[in-house]
Amino acid sequence: MSSPSLGSSVTGRRVDAVVIGTSAGGLEALSAVVADLPADFRLPLLVVQHVPESGPTQLAEIFSRKTALRVREAEDKEAIAGGTLYFAAPGYHLMIEQDLTLALSQDDPVHYSRPSIDVLFESAADVWGERLAGVLMTGANEDGAAGLLAIQRAGGIAIVQDPEEAEVDIMPLAALQRLVPDHLLPLRGIAELLRALE
Amino acid sequence: MVDRTVEIELKLLFEAIYLKYSYDFREYSGASLKRRVLLALREFGCETVSALQQRILHEPQVFAELLQYLTIPVTEMFRDPAYFRALREHVVPVLRTYPSLKIWVAGCSTGEEIYSLAILLHEEGLLERSMLYATDINPRSLERARQGIFDINHVRKYTRNYQLAGGTRSFADYYTAAYDSVLIDRRLRDKVTFADHSLATDSVFAETQLISCRNVLIYFNKALQDRAFGLFHESLCRRGFLGLGSKETVEFSGYADRFEPFAKEERIFRKT
Repeated sequence: MSSPSLGSSVTGRRVDAVVIGTSAGGLEALSAVVADLPADFRLPLLVVQHVPESGPTQLAEIFSRKTALRVREAEDKEAIAGGTLYFAAPGYHLMIEQDLTLALSQDDPVHYSRPSIDVLFESAADVWGERLAGVLMTGANEDGAAGLLAIQRAGGIAIVQDPEEAEVDIMPLAALQRLVPDHLLPLRGIAELLRALE
Repeated sequence: MVDRTVEIELKLLFEAIYLKYSYDFREYSGASLKRRVLLALREFGCETVSALQQRILHEPQVFAELLQYLTIPVTEMFRDPAYFRALREHVVPVLRTYPSLKIWVAGCSTGEEIYSLAILLHEEGLLERSMLYATDINPRSLERARQGIFDINHVRKYTRNYQLAGGTRSFADYYTAAYDSVLIDRRLRDKVTFADHSLATDSVFAETQLISCRNVLIYFNKALQDRAFGLFHESLCRRGFLGLGSKETVEFSGYADRFEPFAKEERIFRKT
C-alpha cells in the first residue's frame, strides 16, 4: 500500500519535530515505526503511549533495545535534542515550552489519560506550528483526535494509521471523524514517511 | 506562521493579575498555565483571554474563581509511598539527632502531605519536638487543609499508601469518620501552622531541617525554580533535607552544586 512517491510529497517541507500518540496495541506499532530510524536522525520524537499511572514504566528501557535512536523518559525542563525518542512519564502530562524544553504537569487526566495525547499534541502545535508532524496510531479511546486537529490547524502534518491495519481502530477512527489527515498509512508507510522527513 | 496572539494576551493577563492582586504567575511554566486558562475561559463564558482579563480586573470574585483553576490541587495522603518510606528509613535517623525540628511543606494544597508527615513523625516519636509549617498561595486550599477534612472515598487509597509507606499502626487511628468525610485527629492538626506564602514573591520565615515541596516546581519556569531553590537553600540548616516530586530534580537548576542526591530514586536531596 505504500507509494513510491511518498517521500517526495513531503520533501521540501521542513519539519522540526515528530509527536506520536498511541494506546492499546501501541508497543508493536511504535516498534515498527521507529525500528529503522538511523542514530543520526535529525528530529526529536515525542511519544505518549498510554500506560497505567502507577508503577514504573520500562518503555524507555524496552525501546533502547529496539532502535538506534537515543531513548529517554522525559524529564521536566529538559532541553529537547534531535535523534532522541522521548516517552511521557506515567502519571504526568508531557508538554512543550516555547523555549523548546520539556514540561511535565499533573493537571487532571484528559480522556481518562495522563499522559494525554491531546495535551502533548496541542502544546507541540503551539510551539512548532507548520514544522510539526503528528502521528496517531492504534488505540482504544478518543484521546489524540483533538490534538491532531490542532496540529493540522497550525499548519502541521497530520498522519493517521490506517484503521484497517490498526490493532484497535477506535483511536484512528476518532481522528478520521474530526479531520482529513494529510496521510493515511499503514505502519510501513508511516516508517517510510518519517525517514523521508529528514 | 504560528499565531502568537494568545501568548500576548496571556502575558498581559498575568501582568494584570500581578498588578491588581499581587499574585505572580508571570514566571510559571507557560504550557500548563495556558491550558488552565483556556479551560477557565470556557467556564467563565469568555471568548478570548482579553475578555477574561477585563472581568478579572473589574470583578475580584472572578479572580478568586480563576485562582482555583491556576492552582489545581493534585494530592493524596502518603502519595508516592516510596518517598515516605525513604524519609522514615533514611532521613528520620538524622532528624532524631536534632533537639527540635522545623519542617516545611511548601505548596501544601489541601493538607494531605503535611498530615502524612505529621503521622510519620508521630510514629517515630518526633512529633512532640517538631514544628510543622504548611504554606500555599490558594486561600481556599489552606482553609480546607486547616480543617483537616477529607472525602471518605479516598480513605481506602490512603490506607494502602500508608501501609506501603511503612506505617506501623492502623491508619484509622488518625481520623474520625462522620458521614461522607473523615476528620484528621486534633493532635495532628494542632501541630501544624498553615500560612499564606508564595515561593514567587515571599521570603524565608524559619530555619528548617526538612522541606518537602512536591509537584510544585514543575509548574515554574527555570528562573522561578531557581528562586524557590534559593529560598529552600536559605531556609535549610546545614546538611538539611529537600524532598521533591517524583519527576523533579535540582540537577538542571542553578543550585545543582549546592545539593547532593540523598535518596536518588525518591528525589530526596541534601544541602551540601
